[in-house]
Amino acid sequence: MYNEKVMDAFKNPKNVGEIENADGVGLVGNESCGDIMQIFLKIENDIIIDAKFKTFGCAAAIATSSTATEMVKGMTVKEALELTNKKVVETLGGLPAQKIHCSVLAEEAIKKAIEDYQSKKA
Amino acid sequence: MKKIYFDHAATTPVDKRVFEKMVPYFTEIFGNANSQHAFGREAVSAVDEARDTIAKLINCKPSELYFTSGGTESDNWALRGVANAYKNKGNHIIISPIEHAAMLVTAKALEKQGFKVDYMKVDEYGFVDLEHLKSIMTDKTILVGCMLANNEVGTIEPIAEIAKIAHEYGALCFTDAVQAAGVLKIDVKELGVDLMSMSSHKIYGPKGVGALYIRNGVKVDSIITGGHQERTKRGGTTNVAGVVGFGEAFKIAVSEIDKNFEYVSGLRDHFIERVLKEVPYVKLNGPRENRLPANADFSFKYIEGESILFSLDLAGISVSSGSACSSGSLEPSHVLLALGVPEGLAHGSIRFSFGKHNTIEEVDYAVDVLRDSVKRLREMSPLFKIQGDIKNV
Repeated sequence: MYNEKVMDAFKNPKNVGEIENADGVGLVGNESCGDIMQIFLKIENDIIIDAKFKTFGCAAAIATSSTATEMVKGMTVKEALELTNKKVVETLGGLPAQKIHCSVLAEEAIKKAIEDYQSKKA
Repeated sequence: MKKIYFDHAATTPVDKRVFEKMVPYFTEIFGNANSQHAFGREAVSAVDEARDTIAKLINCKPSELYFTSGGTESDNWALRGVANAYKNKGNHIIISPIEHAAMLVTAKALEKQGFKVDYMKVDEYGFVDLEHLKSIMTDKTILVGCMLANNEVGTIEPIAEIAKIAHEYGALCFTDAVQAAGVLKIDVKELGVDLMSMSSHKIYGPKGVGALYIRNGVKVDSIITGGHQERTKRGGTTNVAGVVGFGEAFKIAVSEIDKNFEYVSGLRDHFIERVLKEVPYVKLNGPRENRLPANADFSFKYIEGESILFSLDLAGISVSSGSACSSGSLEPSHVLLALGVPEGLAHGSIRFSFGKHNTIEEVDYAVDVLRDSVKRLREMSPLFKIQGDIKNV
């Protein structure tokens, strides 16, 4: 059901962990749905210089967390806000239909982390 | 990488002896069991032999055993067939909430046709609450249906007592013995059931064949209408090779029932002991006693089942997940929820079902991989730390 890229991202996920004193943290999903994603961002001069994640979820949830954090690194905050779940899915070479919600979760977690950053800044 | 199969509750490999027995029925003895000529007679005698074998081993008459395409068809037939045949007597059906989808989805369909379906309660181990069952029986109840053993957590239900209660109220009793037939000793007279589903591929027989026991005198409307096969009750050209394989698989399973029970439950018990000792924050679902010998079902706290499944899969180990993600729905296992397992924990569940070809080395390897996989996934899980801090685990 999963392609090799997805399985590889699940097997060797990048950016697992937390960032101490992160500039923005986004937590989405809930336990009863079977998916929780937490994304930590380190932001300097409006550029995301580091991103990490912790995820409770299926292989696709872990793979999308890895890919999404990898994608936003080096992006400006504005660029990261424009990152769609579709782009994450494309980067992974596709996901089974019932797993698309995992990529939506990744998009939401990043948006929420940025909102957290912006609210702290303001 | 060596492939290890721990999903025997899903299906089993065909026993080589069964396969050998089936082979001539594809090319040489290929006749239609409904034909009157020599080819047909040869085929029908093979089907009769399989029917006689299975009937004798479950203690029923051959005329009470009907071959089907498998467990799902048998469940459908029992439920729909009885409902339609007895609808003038009553419209009330009672089943357990931990039935296979073949029952649950069919019951929902019957509700749309005007039948009323109630569910008997089960306890935290999956055992039916007999007092509750009594309390929901009515004079309109036509059928009580409960699986003999649960496919997910292995609970063996007190079917004889359930049948007694059903009969006291004038209802019929149906049991889905797909996981149990050939694994546990079954005597339909002792159980007192009126209908019973069986399947071939769970006991080292071929896929696509099963049976429904219908006690003489019980009325069941046909759901597959057509030719005169199966004494006009079930149309469709008989799957002769499949039936022959089913008969042989059942014969072998029953003749080796004690040996397999002891061996497989030994592997399973060793696995359970080691997991409980070596993997923290884990819950065994289902009972320790009165449990299918092959079954071990665990919920792993703080992590999700599908990611455990694929971690094991990457190490060559095939298991099954009761989690939502693998089935494509967002709901966790209905069985675990009925047992009162919280949703979050139910999401982190894996079923291991062992078989007669597995070895203790495979089991030990699986525990090692499982322990490391669970640790790795927990390190990735935000719940482990959040809840870990709160609960000081």
